[in-house]
Amino acid sequence: MSTGYDANRWKRFDDWDGRALRLDKFAIEDPENGFSAFHGAADPRPGLKIKGGKVTAMDGVAAEDFDLIDAFIATYHIDPDIAEEAMAIPSGELARMLVDMNVPRTELTRLARGLTPAKLAEAVAQLNAMEIAFAYSKMRARQSPGNQAHVTNAKDDPLQLAADAAIAVALGFDEIETTMRVARNSWSNALACCVGSAVGRAGTLFQCSSEEAEELEIGMAGFTSYAETVSVYGTESAFIDGDDTPWSKAWLAAAYASRGIKMRCTSGAAAELLMGFHEAKSLLYLEARCLCLQRGMGSQGTQNGGIDGAPLAASMPGGVREIMAETLIAVWLDLECASGNDARHSESDMRVAAKVLPYLIGGSDLICSGFGSILKYDNSFNPSSFNGEELEEFLVLQRDFEADGGLTAVEDARALDLRRRAIDALSHVLKDLGLAQATEVMKRSVAVASGSNDTDTFATRDVGLISDKIAGDGVTVLDVIRSLHRGGFVHEAENLLFLVKLRVSGDYLQTSAVVRDNKVISAINDPNDYTGPGTGHRLSEARRKELAAIRDVLDRDEVLRAEAASEMGEAKAIRYQTMGAANPGTERKEIVVGVSPGFGSKIFRTLAGHRLSTVLRALQSGIERGGGTMRLVRLWHTADTSFLGLSAARLSGSGIGIGIQSKGTAVIHHKDRLPHNNLELFSNAPITTLEHYENMGFNATVYSRGELPEPVVVPTRGEALGARFHARVALIYAIETAMTEDGATTETLQITFLEDS
Amino acid sequence: MADKSLTASDYPIAENRPDAVIGHRGKPLSSLTMEAVLNGDVTMEDLRITPQALEQQAQISKSAGRSTLAGNFERAAEMTRLSQEEVMAIYELLRPGRAASKDSLLDVAQRVRDEQDAPLLADFVEEAARFYEKRGLFRKRY
Repeated sequence: MSTGYDANRWKRFDDWDGRALRLDKFAIEDPENGFSAFHGAADPRPGLKIKGGKVTAMDGVAAEDFDLIDAFIATYHIDPDIAEEAMAIPSGELARMLVDMNVPRTELTRLARGLTPAKLAEAVAQLNAMEIAFAYSKMRARQSPGNQAHVTNAKDDPLQLAADAAIAVALGFDEIETTMRVARNSWSNALACCVGSAVGRAGTLFQCSSEEAEELEIGMAGFTSYAETVSVYGTESAFIDGDDTPWSKAWLAAAYASRGIKMRCTSGAAAELLMGFHEAKSLLYLEARCLCLQRGMGSQGTQNGGIDGAPLAASMPGGVREIMAETLIAVWLDLECASGNDARHSESDMRVAAKVLPYLIGGSDLICSGFGSILKYDNSFNPSSFNGEELEEFLVLQRDFEADGGLTAVEDARALDLRRRAIDALSHVLKDLGLAQATEVMKRSVAVASGSNDTDTFATRDVGLISDKIAGDGVTVLDVIRSLHRGGFVHEAENLLFLVKLRVSGDYLQTSAVVRDNKVISAINDPNDYTGPGTGHRLSEARRKELAAIRDVLDRDEVLRAEAASEMGEAKAIRYQTMGAANPGTERKEIVVGVSPGFGSKIFRTLAGHRLSTVLRALQSGIERGGGTMRLVRLWHTADTSFLGLSAARLSGSGIGIGIQSKGTAVIHHKDRLPHNNLELFSNAPITTLEHYENMGFNATVYSRGELPEPVVVPTRGEALGARFHARVALIYAIETAMTEDGATTETLQITFLEDS
Repeated sequence: MADKSLTASDYPIAENRPDAVIGHRGKPLSSLTMEAVLNGDVTMEDLRITPQALEQQAQISKSAGRSTLAGNFERAAEMTRLSQEEVMAIYELLRPGRAASKDSLLDVAQRVRDEQDAPLLADFVEEAARFYEKRGLFRKRY
């Protein structure tokens, strides 16, 4: 056998190599080659020259040398009336204003209209991560936070899309976004999510991410209500490589508004680096350019904070702080911010949770610009930071921090009802409009499936045919509304009509608009007015209760119910008889076992699940194996393990006692030792086996002879036993402590085992 | 309606000023009922945003200090007069390398100015043409 003692590497590194974290690749800072979060080799110093109301130089570039991005920013973003005042303020002073709760948000957004990209970047770069998080929370546009879901699947199955859209709506997402595995399926995806999102509640905005012209057509047919595919880049070369210019994208921005469709742009750290056109500039400076461009275009908002470049940004030192900093620039520029936290930037769950935390506790217009409401493998955008798998973790984080992440738990019976309703509604529409016929098997398989691996549904080719027919027949949302109504899906028809009517007035085109409780709320009528504690977004008591209401929550009655279920079994296994007051013994071979007040009368099983009768059998068997005898007493003055053990030892003729609580925590004690200086302790009741108790009994007899045994060690594998058991422990222990009485007499217990077990 | 500018206090218009919302075919918001949809009295045209609504939203944006967003709504108001095909054709022409020379963009600008009463869009396209020329974008890409 090789012991490996001559290895030339500390084996802890092997352990670390095995962690998911080590799948992440990290990159060295290399500003010349675009690998710098904050300090690009070619980042310009802030500067602005204006003559006759026109920008003549900006951030070190003269107007005649402006590239398309400079030119657009200088023309549309820079407000000459404010620029002189704003640019004169030192960046350090601007940074302090951002974290000063006495400087109102509106004063800062006013100044931002006169700040150049380099100036904005220089100011936020002076803030540490905590300050950025605080400033973001103060500066974000809409007061009520929200969230956005991805609804996609690996088969582009319309039935599953409808069911998953209904679930996303029930969870509370303000927006849902779909995309396709096969581009041709876009119309089918749009129809399916549109119907699904009308189940249960009205007003969830929906987008179908596809090719620009088609996306606009789908919107025109009334199936979708927003878009966020208008990508912009921070260098001219990247922009042109992306086949657009600031003017073409601004044209598209107006096009969406002209069709009554909400629109936000997309940009994010490291996109230029990924595309090979970084110009040796930092992630933050390039993103500041993107954001000034977006404000100039008249986009109401942005999806930024890394986005597809998040993994690359996070490979650099300070990359995640940069991602935070760029979202701060977005809200400082008064843009709605769908703050990334979508493309999963790490294989490490810890890195993922750490990254989302500032946005969860500080709030964001849309915390994730794509929370995967479906399983990872079903996410056609690629896995998100949070996915169907981790959804309950997000719910618990909301509960932990009493922070509104926009989501609410869905009870399981209701979830299945909603899925069935959505599937039935869509199946009806597909049949009624002559698009397809869903079978009972398809419907049933999709309703219960966690993901598309478990469904028996339309083939992807069939979906293509459905999609072609929707587009070919010119089906519109009005056809769908009428069809739903004909099929008896009246609520769903009304919910859809409510949503499409909103586009006539265009209210949801304003900054940060979403629909809550059948009303449009936005930065206009729900502005973030944070000016310190007690202001800004606060949880209502009703919302706090919703966040607390996750499933499987323990209470005292639940513990007692579980114990009552064990009581019958124990009644058949053991009988306890009280034999009056217990006196000190003289028998040198006796080991006194002292049990807690509720042992076998209120509580019947240890935390490991052992019936208390079997634990007593094990202790007795060990004591007898060591040549001793067991005397059992019940203590009424204490429920504490140490004092149970010490009190038992003081009654014991051998001077050795064992104390044991109902939950299984046990100790060997000696009559002359201090209470907390015991001989052996089993503190981890949940992992203590009957064999351990048997050995404890045996060891007690070894101590009684004045010898030193090999102590029994209960091995742990590092389980978070506190997390698993302490809520139950506290409830059980409270039941036992409530039974104690000062100065109460210790009783002798006689036990009879009634069956072999 | 156009005589008095709307402000943030009129928002949301559909709730606070429903009288100010009139569809393309003259239908008020209150007539877009389920019954009317089922009877076939509502068309997609009735569900389209109007230039008036976009101008109203622009006024509200401006009153909240968002002049660039207002600018977008004002361009969008003009764009409601363009057909879907025209919107997409001009978008395509604005993409890099699609226009062979400045002239094709200037022609478009002329047309929307003269035929579609869209001066803001015309200025916007002319401005693009100037910068594209300066940056050498009239080069073939594929």
